[in-house]
Amino acid sequence: MLPTLNGRIQTRIFLLTVIGGLWTLLISPVLPGIGGGLPEIYRMTFTVLLTTLVLGVGWEFIYHFIQQFRWEKDWPTFFGLITVLNEGALVWVLLVLGVVPGLAGGVPFAAFAILFATTWVLVWLVANGPMRVPFVHWRFRGGRLV
Amino acid sequence: MRRLTARCAVREDTILLPGADRAAASDPTGASQPGDLTTELIETDWWSDEAVARAGIPVVDVPFVSVGGGIGSFVTADYLRICGVPTSAIRVLTQLEHPWESYEYLTRVSQIPRGERLRSDSASCPDNIWGFPSYAVREAIADRSLRPLLQVAVEPIFADYYTPRAGHAFASMEKEYHRISYPDMVVKGQVRMVRRRIGGGYFTILTPPENTSRTRRIAYRSTYVHVAVGYPGLKFLPDLMEYRERHRDYGSVVNAYEPHEQIYGRLRAKPGVVLVRGGGIVASRVLQRLIDDRDAHGLQTQIQHVFRTFVTGSHGPNIWMRRRGRDGWAYQGFNYPKSVWGGQLKSRVRKLEGKERADLYKIFGGTNTPVRRSWQEQLRRGRREGWYRAFQGEITAMEPHGSGQVRVELKTENGPQQMTVLGVIDCTGLEADIAEHRVLADLLDHGGAGRNPLDRLDVDRTFEVRGTRSDPGRCYASGTATLGGYFPGVDTFLGLQIAAQEIADDLARDGFCKRLGPLRSTRQWWRWARGKHI
Repeated sequence: MLPTLNGRIQTRIFLLTVIGGLWTLLISPVLPGIGGGLPEIYRMTFTVLLTTLVLGVGWEFIYHFIQQFRWEKDWPTFFGLITVLNEGALVWVLLVLGVVPGLAGGVPFAAFAILFATTWVLVWLVANGPMRVPFVHWRFRGGRLV
Repeated sequence: MRRLTARCAVREDTILLPGADRAAASDPTGASQPGDLTTELIETDWWSDEAVARAGIPVVDVPFVSVGGGIGSFVTADYLRICGVPTSAIRVLTQLEHPWESYEYLTRVSQIPRGERLRSDSASCPDNIWGFPSYAVREAIADRSLRPLLQVAVEPIFADYYTPRAGHAFASMEKEYHRISYPDMVVKGQVRMVRRRIGGGYFTILTPPENTSRTRRIAYRSTYVHVAVGYPGLKFLPDLMEYRERHRDYGSVVNAYEPHEQIYGRLRAKPGVVLVRGGGIVASRVLQRLIDDRDAHGLQTQIQHVFRTFVTGSHGPNIWMRRRGRDGWAYQGFNYPKSVWGGQLKSRVRKLEGKERADLYKIFGGTNTPVRRSWQEQLRRGRREGWYRAFQGEITAMEPHGSGQVRVELKTENGPQQMTVLGVIDCTGLEADIAEHRVLADLLDHGGAGRNPLDRLDVDRTFEVRGTRSDPGRCYASGTATLGGYFPGVDTFLGLQIAAQEIADDLARDGFCKRLGPLRSTRQWWRWARGKHI
């Protein structure tokens, strides 16, 4: 991908909200180890998604800085995938520390890992191809949608 | 579907080569024929309908005319067709048999036949404005192999950049060519000039092929004109031209952009030394061919490789702009740093004017070649075994040396050097000035067009040629003639598509075509995916 900082942030918000949101809606009921009713489960999974989104905006500044060392000023496809590790780890640590608002009860690791990894891969796949179908200008504008 | 591939023998007069007979490409001024240009027309910048009628030139009305007929015209017509413009509203005026003819000629002679890979990104697809599915995905499906997908997923960190085979690009363009009914829009002939029309729009003067029209010229009267004439011509270095003209030897000292199979043939017939000049991708290709032949036929070819600028390591103005380099080469995946086609550099250049823009072009320009593991292995082996030597230098003299050999004198950093070689393959590709092209020269002289900071055609961010407005009409240009503008990667597949998008957006604002919003785009992509004609 060839993002600008603005494009990174816009793409992050759009994809996590739309693709991530739809996927979380679908997968939440079948995640293992989460007790309680559906409203409780959705509250938990959407809080994880929102945390990923908010922290992700911060991550984008770091990625943008790293990108400046690259001659091509690109962001290789592989980087977009591998950053699941640092971002996932940070969200998990914050969950364990209990500092994520609205999630006092904790999240089972298996459920978190499945939700986070599948959402990430899905968003990564959409960003690397299908996104260009409805948004034919998007890739030429550094990932900006507006 | 009608197949072009089988009869796709590429004409060798497609690109104007230095020293080639220009008569074939010029307008013969033989016996007078009705409907020709008059002195009044030639000398006037703005034409009236009456003046054209007085000259007896028949007029064809069509809203949009594209001049050139190469890949630039093709992707622009493709975009407009997808934006809802009917074939009846577009005419492509061209001498080419099909849009990729010139491109295929240049790639073939510079050692990229259909089976070899281009220097182009997986998602730069002239047949598919969305770039999805990319060439890598399509190749993976066709070959039932995960390899292209893995490569594109880990490029350029753990693998070379994925690049499509030339044949794949041509075959997929051919499919799109039929899908959008491109042949219905093509009119064969040579365009002589584009002039502004009093009352708005333009006249494009076409000289049709002999005996196909009752008049010498036909005028296309249009609201919009798009000029995509490709390379004005190739320019060879003066020493090469001088050697050939003085010694009448056209076979031993060649430019890689002209047919030069004879050199490889002679090296197969007997062992010899060959001198390669240049540090770009064509030099890489030629070296690959020489070494492939060496390996395949057990040849003893000795390769001397001269770089004018010998790069020894990473280089650039500061830590934020350092390009890798080694062993003489400057390394870069594509013609420009990748982000000129959509990211930071595209956005940055778009804001720059004049000298600032020219300076940035200079930083990321310059001759370069991609790092490819197979090339690295070949050259490493050559250096180790002593049959490949790269050095800094410049050729100062060349003389024939009996039995088809050439004596070459060079100025190097270690002082003068001499060598006797079987052939010199010059891999420096210089483009001629835009004024070498008749249509562009006329636009500069009579159309109101000017030059940009790199001395090419000055276009706006919408690719409208500045100074040529003839309200409500507009004249656009895309391709290599516009290098130096607000968007740098113009002379590439993706660059042509980016230009086409800007042009289509501008025309949509003007009401000529539909805007390509998410719904239309998705609907049109779905038609494309199913191969549905539009």
